Amino acid sequence: MNTSELLEKIAFNVIQGRVEAEDDGFDPGLEGRPAVTELVTEALNQNIDPKKILMESLTESMETVGEKFEKKEYLIPDMLASAECVGVAMDLLAPHLIKAGVESKGKFVIATVKGDLHDIGKNIVAIMLKGAGYQVIDLGTDVSVDRITTTVKEKQASFLGLSALLTTTMRVMGEVVQKLKEEGIRDRVKVLVGGAPTSIEFARKIGADAYCKDAFQALEIMKK
Amino acid sequence: MIELFRPGVLVKPYERLSRDQLQWLDQASLNILSDPGVWCYSERAARLFKEHGAKVREEDAPGAKCWRVSFPGGLVKEAVAKAPSRLVLGARKPENRLLLDTEVPRVYFGTGSEANIWLETELEDFVSEKDSTLKTKVPRYTEIRGSTALLSRAAKLCEQLEHLDFFIRPLNIQDPEITSDNHDVNKFFASLNNITKHVQAGLTSLARFKDVVTMAEIIAGGKKALRDNPIISFIACVFKSPLQIVDDTAEKVFAIVESGLPLVISSSPQGGSSAPIQEAGMVAQINAEILAGVTLTQLIREGAPVLYGSVPVRARLDDLHDLYGCPEFNQYNIDCVQLARHYKIPCYSTAGVGDAKVPGMQAMFEKLFTHLYMATSGAQYIHYAFGLLDRTNCFCPLQAVLDNEQVGKIKHCLRAPKVSLQDTDDAVKMVKKVMASSHRLFARHARKAMHSGDISSPYQFETKDKKDNVIENALEYMARLEAEPAPHLDSDVVNDIYNKVPGLLPGLKTA
Repeated sequence: MNTSELLEKIAFNVIQGRVEAEDDGFDPGLEGRPAVTELVTEALNQNIDPKKILMESLTESMETVGEKFEKKEYLIPDMLASAECVGVAMDLLAPHLIKAGVESKGKFVIATVKGDLHDIGKNIVAIMLKGAGYQVIDLGTDVSVDRITTTVKEKQASFLGLSALLTTTMRVMGEVVQKLKEEGIRDRVKVLVGGAPTSIEFARKIGADAYCKDAFQALEIMKK
Repeated sequence: MIELFRPGVLVKPYERLSRDQLQWLDQASLNILSDPGVWCYSERAARLFKEHGAKVREEDAPGAKCWRVSFPGGLVKEAVAKAPSRLVLGARKPENRLLLDTEVPRVYFGTGSEANIWLETELEDFVSEKDSTLKTKVPRYTEIRGSTALLSRAAKLCEQLEHLDFFIRPLNIQDPEITSDNHDVNKFFASLNNITKHVQAGLTSLARFKDVVTMAEIIAGGKKALRDNPIISFIACVFKSPLQIVDDTAEKVFAIVESGLPLVISSSPQGGSSAPIQEAGMVAQINAEILAGVTLTQLIREGAPVLYGSVPVRARLDDLHDLYGCPEFNQYNIDCVQLARHYKIPCYSTAGVGDAKVPGMQAMFEKLFTHLYMATSGAQYIHYAFGLLDRTNCFCPLQAVLDNEQVGKIKHCLRAPKVSLQDTDDAVKMVKKVMASSHRLFARHARKAMHSGDISSPYQFETKDKKDNVIENALEYMARLEAEPAPHLDSDVVNDIYNKVPGLLPGLKTA
């Protein structure tokens, strides 16, 4: 397979939402054929420029997926499948891109706050951000204020996403913002909050930078 | 029998009656047919029953001549056993044919009744009295007398309704030019020229039956082609409850059966007035009436294609009108479906009717209540399911569109479970895979099922903000459906019909 064929195949499989060869795709009959993981690995083995893979295969294909979603041809599972493909590809490309001097769009720490185990929304946001080219550091659920702020500090993250589903745990988000101030790093990081009980008013009240209704709004806000 | 037909929905029938209860009802019906028997106002039918062993004596009563017929149980059982358990209702498009099979509980839904009124819906803007900046759209309804143009419009719309499987003319045509003589030819033509699904109706007059058959033969491609693919069939309410065979309708039964075309023997007693209101009494009586009707068809012509037509209703006890959206309606009807299955005769059943006069919450409640319950019965052919309001007095196209969505969801709901060994193995693999990932989300694995149509969509007419725009959204959708071209017959076929069938209104050619 030559370079252009390989790049085309990667793009095709991102659109099909196929991470590994055993995955089925949007179209029938693809199961068993090489998917994003196998194709990106092969591309790297062939010494294809990782920037080329990023720009010509991943970015373009995600734009196509976005257009299909806009036209309602694709639904959220399709979008997530493609974003997951890009996320996996980015994991494989990351060391090569660093060597080539290409940086990610930024480090994004994300967590469900202490006392809360709900993570579906947080996971969707993480997948979409990774697919959009951010370096996502997912701390999981039930994460303490100290661990969140320490990670932001150590990783020098530019963005922090906090999630909560319960009215009893959302107040922890305010404690995180307060702790960031106490640590003197509040100005270095943009704080985004989300989850069913949160709102624009709540975000303002605790001093967060933005409220995100869903993963798509999170991406929109990040673009701005 | 045929390979191409509408899929309907295959259900696992819910059976309300125990085996004993079924046998008791069957026996009660046979007992009724033996004593008191039926009051037969058709001399021809009475004679035929007598020739086959029924006890027949002329009633000594003033008025029309009447024969009291007492059926031996064996006669009824033997005749009913001759009715086919499997039959095809044809259609202009082969893929729209229906395969009715008592061994296979495949459920189809269609229209019904012959309402006098067409209910048109328009939205009008209203302004709040408290705040003139607040506006809302409110549906306004106009009643229009049924006409050939409106029947054509109904058929054209029903062609577009994905979940509607067959078309029983839902509207009575009342144009000034329509007489009892040309009623049948015009209603069948208006329907057949605008829909490629199966068309069914009752006969207004026997006089033009041959012309209706000629019209269908021209469309189907000849006499044999029509019998192989009966694009039309008929409904005969041969019984006037309680237990009286009507002379005029009996004559229609003779003619239809002799033509070889399919026929529904339909009975519609009202619990509380023309039948007992109690479940056992109602079901025993309607079953007796239908069995006697089926017996008549099989004595006229053995193996005649016939449907067990059960439309038992309950009386409202405040005004003795029909009451459809009530538990007893469901109970009566589902018992009849079980009895039809017992006799191995495809069942024409009933659902989707209510007292509501306009689309809205009451209509939704009454329709869903019967649509869903009756679909679980496994009745092969459920009529009244689209567009009816004000019991069976009104056909509302907007309601038909709303019913289409409801019936579609019910069909989806009742699909057979997709649980094979392969499915469970795949599920375990999927769970392992997702649990090994960082995000533990199954969304990606929903895609295949989602795109294959295995996963249902949200309610088609939903409103996402805090409003109820169902009617507005459904009206918009209906306008899109109505903008589609009508599936008119070829002009050669139409010209041939107009040459051979007198009495067709000229304007119907293109309506």
